[in-house]
Amino acid sequence: MIDWPILTVVTFIPLVTVLFILPIRDDTETGRRNIRNVALLGTVFTFILSLFVLAGFDPADPGFQMVENLPLAGAAFTYAMGVDGISVLFVILTTFLMPLCILASWRSVDTRVRDYMVAFLILETMMIGVFCALDIVLFYVFFEAGLIPMFIIIGVWGGKRRVYASFKFFLYTLLGSVLMLLAIMAMFWDAGTTNIAELLTHDFPASMQTWLWLAFFASFAVKMPMWPVHTWLPDAHVEAPTAGSVILAGILLKLGGYGFLRFSLPMFPLASADFAPFIFTLSVVAIIYTSLVALMQDDMKKLIAYSSVAHMGYVTMGIFAANMQGIQGAIFQMISHGLVSGALFLCVGVVYDRLHTREIAAYGGLANTMPKYATAFLVFTMANVGLPGTSGFVGEFLTLVGAFRANTWVAFFAAIGVILSAAYALWLYRRVIFGALEKESLKAMLDLSGREKILLYPLIALVILFGVYPAPILDATAASVEALIFNYTASLDAARTVAGTAAQTVADSVAQTTR
Amino acid sequence: MYHLIVFLPLIGAIIAGLFGRSIGAKASEYVTSLFLVVAAVLSWVAFFTVALGEGETVRVPVLQWVQSGNLDVDWALRIDTLTAVMLVVVNTVSSLVHIYSIGYMHNDPHRPRFFAYLSLFTFMMLMLVTSDNLLQMFFGWEGVGLASYLLIGFWFKKPSANAAAMKAFIVNRVGDFGFILGIFGIFVLFGAINFDPIFANAADIAQGGGPAVIDLFGMELNSGDALTWVCLLLFLGAMGKSAQFLLHTWLPDAMEGPTPVSALIHAATMVTAGVFLVARMSPIFELSPDALVVVTIVGAITAFFAATVGLVQNDIKRVIAYSTCSQLGYMFVALGIGAYGAAIFHLFTHAFFKALLFLGAGSVIHSVSDEQDMRRMGGLRKHIPMTYWMMIIGTLALTGVGIPFTIIGTAGFFSKDFIIEAAFAAQSPVSAMAFTLLVIAALFTSFYSWRLIFMTFHGKPRASADVMHHVHESPPVMLVPLYILAAGALLAGILFKEFFFGHDYGPFWREALFTLPENQILEDFHHVPGLVALAPFFAMLIGLATAWYFYIRSPETPKRLAREHNGLYKFLLNKWYFDELYDFLFVRPAMRLGAFLWKKGDQATIDGLGPDGIAARVNDITGRLVRLQTGYLYHYAFVMLIGVAALITWMMLGSAFR
Repeated sequence: MIDWPILTVVTFIPLVTVLFILPIRDDTETGRRNIRNVALLGTVFTFILSLFVLAGFDPADPGFQMVENLPLAGAAFTYAMGVDGISVLFVILTTFLMPLCILASWRSVDTRVRDYMVAFLILETMMIGVFCALDIVLFYVFFEAGLIPMFIIIGVWGGKRRVYASFKFFLYTLLGSVLMLLAIMAMFWDAGTTNIAELLTHDFPASMQTWLWLAFFASFAVKMPMWPVHTWLPDAHVEAPTAGSVILAGILLKLGGYGFLRFSLPMFPLASADFAPFIFTLSVVAIIYTSLVALMQDDMKKLIAYSSVAHMGYVTMGIFAANMQGIQGAIFQMISHGLVSGALFLCVGVVYDRLHTREIAAYGGLANTMPKYATAFLVFTMANVGLPGTSGFVGEFLTLVGAFRANTWVAFFAAIGVILSAAYALWLYRRVIFGALEKESLKAMLDLSGREKILLYPLIALVILFGVYPAPILDATAASVEALIFNYTASLDAARTVAGTAAQTVADSVAQTTR
Repeated sequence: MYHLIVFLPLIGAIIAGLFGRSIGAKASEYVTSLFLVVAAVLSWVAFFTVALGEGETVRVPVLQWVQSGNLDVDWALRIDTLTAVMLVVVNTVSSLVHIYSIGYMHNDPHRPRFFAYLSLFTFMMLMLVTSDNLLQMFFGWEGVGLASYLLIGFWFKKPSANAAAMKAFIVNRVGDFGFILGIFGIFVLFGAINFDPIFANAADIAQGGGPAVIDLFGMELNSGDALTWVCLLLFLGAMGKSAQFLLHTWLPDAMEGPTPVSALIHAATMVTAGVFLVARMSPIFELSPDALVVVTIVGAITAFFAATVGLVQNDIKRVIAYSTCSQLGYMFVALGIGAYGAAIFHLFTHAFFKALLFLGAGSVIHSVSDEQDMRRMGGLRKHIPMTYWMMIIGTLALTGVGIPFTIIGTAGFFSKDFIIEAAFAAQSPVSAMAFTLLVIAALFTSFYSWRLIFMTFHGKPRASADVMHHVHESPPVMLVPLYILAAGALLAGILFKEFFFGHDYGPFWREALFTLPENQILEDFHHVPGLVALAPFFAMLIGLATAWYFYIRSPETPKRLAREHNGLYKFLLNKWYFDELYDFLFVRPAMRLGAFLWKKGDQATIDGLGPDGIAARVNDITGRLVRLQTGYLYHYAFVMLIGVAALITWMMLGSAFR
């Protein structure tokens, strides 16, 4: 096994790369090229190293692996890192998407290249750190610090309304964060530790769970984003540069779902069960509401952003269905959405770089001159629609199965989203790709360049691979999710037995639900 | 062998799709067609070994797929008689369509893409019919939907083709919505979605042996009633794919695609997937009599409705499209009354003669410079004689020409009459209605089919002299597939009727179709009164005679009738106004709601009360604060004084409370 602190190394390599970039001056073309190369090298190296994490990961072990513990500030706060089946894939997703983001910004970002790359590299460290942190204070630090580079990326390299968008983004996320900090302090007060592994075994009193759950919900719901606190996302996406959108959709949106799985469900099981109908309602509203809104958009990025909100609705629905299919489906959906929506934003970036507009009406008939682009866009559109054989389907299907087992009405309404997603996605595809090539400005547009092929083709391969053979993802998550559900059900049953309402034995129903 | 049958088309699609540009159009055509021919030959081999031989149900594992908790689904091929029949239908028609397309599409610049799509479609269809579980079936189900979407919109420069492609996909998704909920229901009831455990436990579940109480959409059901609901949900999927009444609107529009596509996808194979689904799930449908009644009613209405619309259409392909819709209705009636064998038999024969009619229509369109309106055809008999005779054969088979009480007849004569007679003999509470509607539909079928022949081939030419000058018979590469299909249209009935729905029913189908012991339809339909057996024959004759009178003898009559009954004529011509109705009921409200939620919901309410509202308040407050900054020293001094006073007060009070 690995006997060196691999997670720490993976987390901080991007930060080390920053040290190499800082001395390079970016006022010459050579300097800018060097900065890009160093950044790319750093992120690729991080990705390769992270594959060792995956290789060393034992999918049969439900607990935390590759754990590092370094006591700081007395015994209360520790620098603790570790991954389990729930978090490990997000680490890989982050390290995989980052080099693509650097590549996607190769030509489109030409001002303050050094600052841009530094922001991205810091962001990468923060994101990996969030998924690896095993101490809640450490988690909080990474979680919040990650907002700053994102805020800067949107605010500095964004579009016309970038300042509005970045402040909206900040305003929303800040509110949740403050509440979460209070909740973390309360948890320390009650449990006497900030170590996540220990917190997971601590039973919080039922009345306290409600408040803690709500505080965490405030933060995670914004991050997801769940309806009705989703309106920052379309603006942020529209204004962010392409790579910013990719990271936003690919990784930042996963923080909420990850948080629900890491904290809300296992630490506050009673409150989670109580609030499940509430989450179901918000999820279903999100799926139908934002799909309808997406139907009416005339900005490509906004349309995809709204569709992201709808897809995240499946995730929250699956998580709080609290059964195998629901949670595994939710994790799968998050990974898949990271790839698919990231790819869709890259696709928008491809044409945006050529025409500098995101107006759908400015396009039409791209299939004539850009057949390769049309094919790539088709694959991702179909994955977004959830066509079987693409990764989008597996997550959607599993979360719906999970929801159906929990509450048939939820699955019924969520399945309406299946129809609506076809409507908005195909409507977009038709207006951009199909039709005659009539607009003069489009006639000179070139098909995918070599760099763009390197960006999109691996994503196509992964999207189809995970659709046909999802086992790598499902196997990696199975043991941890099973343990999570086992403990969740056990806590619920224990509470019920105490209340004297449960007739059947704990073991019975535990066995039933974990199946 | 089964791997080859299923995956050869996929390999062909990948070769033509990815490398079509480098290997050229010719190579793409030949590679995909060759692979399909090989797959077709192997399919017949499979048919003879599995269906006609002693073969047991074959299960070929391929790859692990979704595994989560107790949900465990693998990619696997399941070959039994039902699958073997479908393999033969799909691969035979598909290979012929491939070959035909070499001629039909020879001017198109995007041929590699076309052949890649065709082969991709074939692969998806094969995955559908060979599936061993509901999820793989859903994969094929959506996959053919994708291929259909791509092929309908193949000429992507035409806005109408793009609209039709989208419509097809989205209307199908409405059906899929039911299908996928049905799959969930099956999973909750049976704990699995693989066919074997479902079929093994079906009887138990139907008697209430499953979970004691199932909460389905707020209804507290026992497992038997839940099973009925599940069947209905699955049937909703079948309705979408098979363009049944209420979800039929996409099929006529799908004719925007190239004609070979219409022959393959929208006549012979994909649209029959719904029929296949119900037949495949016969072990649970047979146990849900209420669901079967719904299937019968929907089928009968579709058969009748589509036939009425077909009466007045002028686009040659749309007539055949409505005919397909109507014939699918026949198949569903057969399924609904428990005559699964008859349904699949009609599916089998229909594939031959309907593909023949479509490809023949394609040959006509090809010869008259891509004209599709029959009002601008006429008198083509002499110019394209082979196409004419092939169309005649197709029409004979579709209208079910044959000599009653003998074994001489075209394919449709057996398969369609079986269904009509079975509908009469069935125990179903709606059998009288089904029988009546089917006989009327048979009359209409005969009328519109002969109308098509007469308008297209007989009478004086109505096309411009220029077009008539260019009329030419199609090349052999297009005609040979027609000959083969024509042979099928003539002979498929006589050769196979005993197997599909006759004496050899048992040894032929074995486990593939399930019927309860009390289902005696196979026996009963032989004993219907003579007049019932003759009814479809007379219906056919009357239709033929009327068409002849209307379009040969007295061409003024139909125009006069249309004038006199203008309302009815418009009603039929506009397809019962379904498109307008759906536009009004669903499309526009969805758009309006979307715009409302966006402008009023997101922007006005959420943003207005949320971030923008807060920002505005902050602005207001700072604005007021700014006004305080007057610049006069005494203002500041005054404010400071108040502040100091407040501070001292607070400190005094604070210490007082301590």
